Amino acid sequence: MPMTLEATEPKKSKDSSVRDIYLPPERKKVSGGGVPHVSAKNFSIYYGEFEAVKKVSADIMSKYVTAIIGPSGCGKSTFLRSINRMNDLIPNCHTTGALMFDGEDVYGKFTDEVLLRKKIGMVFQKPNPFPKSIFDNIAYGPRLHGIKDRKTLEGIVEKSLRKAALWDEVCDRLDKNALGLSGGQQQRLCVARTLAVEPEILLLDEPTSALDPKATAKIEDLIQELRGSYTIMIVTHNMQQASRVSDYTMFFYEGVLIEHAPTAQLFTRPKDQMTEDYITGRFS
Amino acid sequence: MNLGTRKLLDRSFTALGIGSIVIMGLALLVVLAPIVSKGVGALVFRETIEHRKLLSTEFHRGDGRELEKEIALSNGYRQKAFDMLAVFDQELEQMTPERQEQYRESYDQVKTALRGLLGPLPGDTDPELARNRYGQTRWDKAEEKLRELLYEQKWDYSNPDVIAKPYDVSRAPGFAGTSLVRLFPYVEQNLDKMLLPEWTFYWGFITDSSIDAHFFGGIWPEIQGTLFLAIGAMLFAFPLGVIAAVYFTEYARDGFLTSMLRSANSTLAGVPSIVFGLFGLAFFINTLHVSESKSVLAGSLTLAIMILPTIIRASEEAILSVPKTYKEASLGLGSTKWNTIMTVILPAALPGILTGGVISLGRAAGETAPIIFTAAVSVGTAIGLGDVLSSPTPALSWNIYNLASEHEAAAQIRHVQYGMVLALVTVVLLLNLSAVILRARISKKLKG
Repeated sequence: MPMTLEATEPKKSKDSSVRDIYLPPERKKVSGGGVPHVSAKNFSIYYGEFEAVKKVSADIMSKYVTAIIGPSGCGKSTFLRSINRMNDLIPNCHTTGALMFDGEDVYGKFTDEVLLRKKIGMVFQKPNPFPKSIFDNIAYGPRLHGIKDRKTLEGIVEKSLRKAALWDEVCDRLDKNALGLSGGQQQRLCVARTLAVEPEILLLDEPTSALDPKATAKIEDLIQELRGSYTIMIVTHNMQQASRVSDYTMFFYEGVLIEHAPTAQLFTRPKDQMTEDYITGRFS
Repeated sequence: MNLGTRKLLDRSFTALGIGSIVIMGLALLVVLAPIVSKGVGALVFRETIEHRKLLSTEFHRGDGRELEKEIALSNGYRQKAFDMLAVFDQELEQMTPERQEQYRESYDQVKTALRGLLGPLPGDTDPELARNRYGQTRWDKAEEKLRELLYEQKWDYSNPDVIAKPYDVSRAPGFAGTSLVRLFPYVEQNLDKMLLPEWTFYWGFITDSSIDAHFFGGIWPEIQGTLFLAIGAMLFAFPLGVIAAVYFTEYARDGFLTSMLRSANSTLAGVPSIVFGLFGLAFFINTLHVSESKSVLAGSLTLAIMILPTIIRASEEAILSVPKTYKEASLGLGSTKWNTIMTVILPAALPGILTGGVISLGRAAGETAPIIFTAAVSVGTAIGLGDVLSSPTPALSWNIYNLASEHEAAAQIRHVQYGMVLALVTVVLLLNLSAVILRARISKKLKG
């Protein structure tokens, strides 16, 4: 069902002005960024009868970091996971409305979810490296997509690990089991593993909730590094984290997208009373 | 509940736990100790010269020249006994028929016992059965036979309230006044010189074929048959079981049909093994005609059907216990479902799947009932790998039963039966051990 979506048209005039005001100077210009990468239009997600995400309409800007915040059970993870169709694993889960990725219907009849997930990578709440060597973990994706040459794979592994700021820590033990790494290292390994398949979008589902503050800081640094190269969406419970790492923030409450604005604006001058109550800690 | 009571409860439960473990250990010891001690007797025993003769003639083993010297030595002592028999024979001929009749029965028993001890007597025709061609090959058995020679067993029926008791009567007084009376003390004193017992480790018990229905020789055909059947069953059941488990856990939608299939699987696990045996005969041999008659193939298929539910169950459990996150990670990287199963889920589930496989393998090796009608014969030579499709095979489990209850001379070859039990237990333990090691290595690799 191809729909014409106004949302997919870049609304340069209004949006860029907002961005110019609220983004810090070093974040303002991102080459090739700022066009809607993922667009939702009246997009709802149901678990059986229960509507977990209610009629969300939003544009996710390419090459920027978008944070999703909200209290537990507000549907923020569900929304994130729907973007690369990880919700397909849950029986009884279905959607209505439209979710477009690069102008293609994510839930279309002819969409190849495997190809989609290659383009939209995901890092999960708990570090989940495979019980294989570090090398095999990173090479898993490229191998899946047909790269067999050892030299090429080695190149990809090094590049991905460098991007994930893990290379220096593990370069001398690539053949060791990945489960021997610390939690923070494991999570960065998962990021590297996702980067190895060269996705366009990186979905981070509470990537630091299982990590200690030090490891969390490293992941946040990593997100800063990757900003501008990938479209990043991060679900987080931690509002300071959202304000630190993101350019845009979406606030969900009980499945409804309450507010979606540049981070600086949302945290300083929220338009909605509910947003203000949440970010000031009146409820959580 | 106050602190004192709680501590008391904790302590008593600990004691209970330790107690039950100790009882279990003792039970295991009570079972295993005789298996090992008696089973080892089939391999390590005092062999007589008859055993060395047997090995030399039947298996062309041993030092021929040494043996000839020994035979000459023992024949010197044997000849004296044979001479005594000859003298008594002459004496007997000159007796009145009444007196002859008086000695006849006991004399025949004496000769039979002597044949059992030393092999054919001079003047006997060459016996057809190997068991009659040789005397006692084992010294412990020879001592029993000697008792048969020296004493006559009689039954005490004097008290009608209890079962009759056997008692021994010395034969010598019965022959008082004849020349034969000298034979008894002579044989008793010189038996070791006639048989020349020596301690030996008969490794051929494991590698030799049996001679004359397990009277002599080893149990290699049985060991090989057991291995063929167990491994054959695994070849069919393991891939099928794992595929079925993958289907149940990854592909099947929860619904009426799936739950029916699951309960059918559980039911299959509870079917008595003899039913599988009859089913194998009726289905694989009589309906599908996988082979003319009993064969390793038919037996393996029957065993495979029997162990399939266990493998499916264990594999299902193993696959379900693989963290969901692995699957998410793999799918999130753009992997297909099939690829995820093959490269992530099955490798991670492998230790659990192997455990199920090993339990099944042990069961397949030990089961008797399913192979009675489909694969097992009581006596036979080792079959070649090329014959598995058409030939039946002896197998340990069936032959243990056979030697215990159906063999014509079960009492005389108990040691073979014990040896088979030990061999079966060892085979199962070794199979388990190798899989445990394999499992440990895979687990270690997975855990890093």
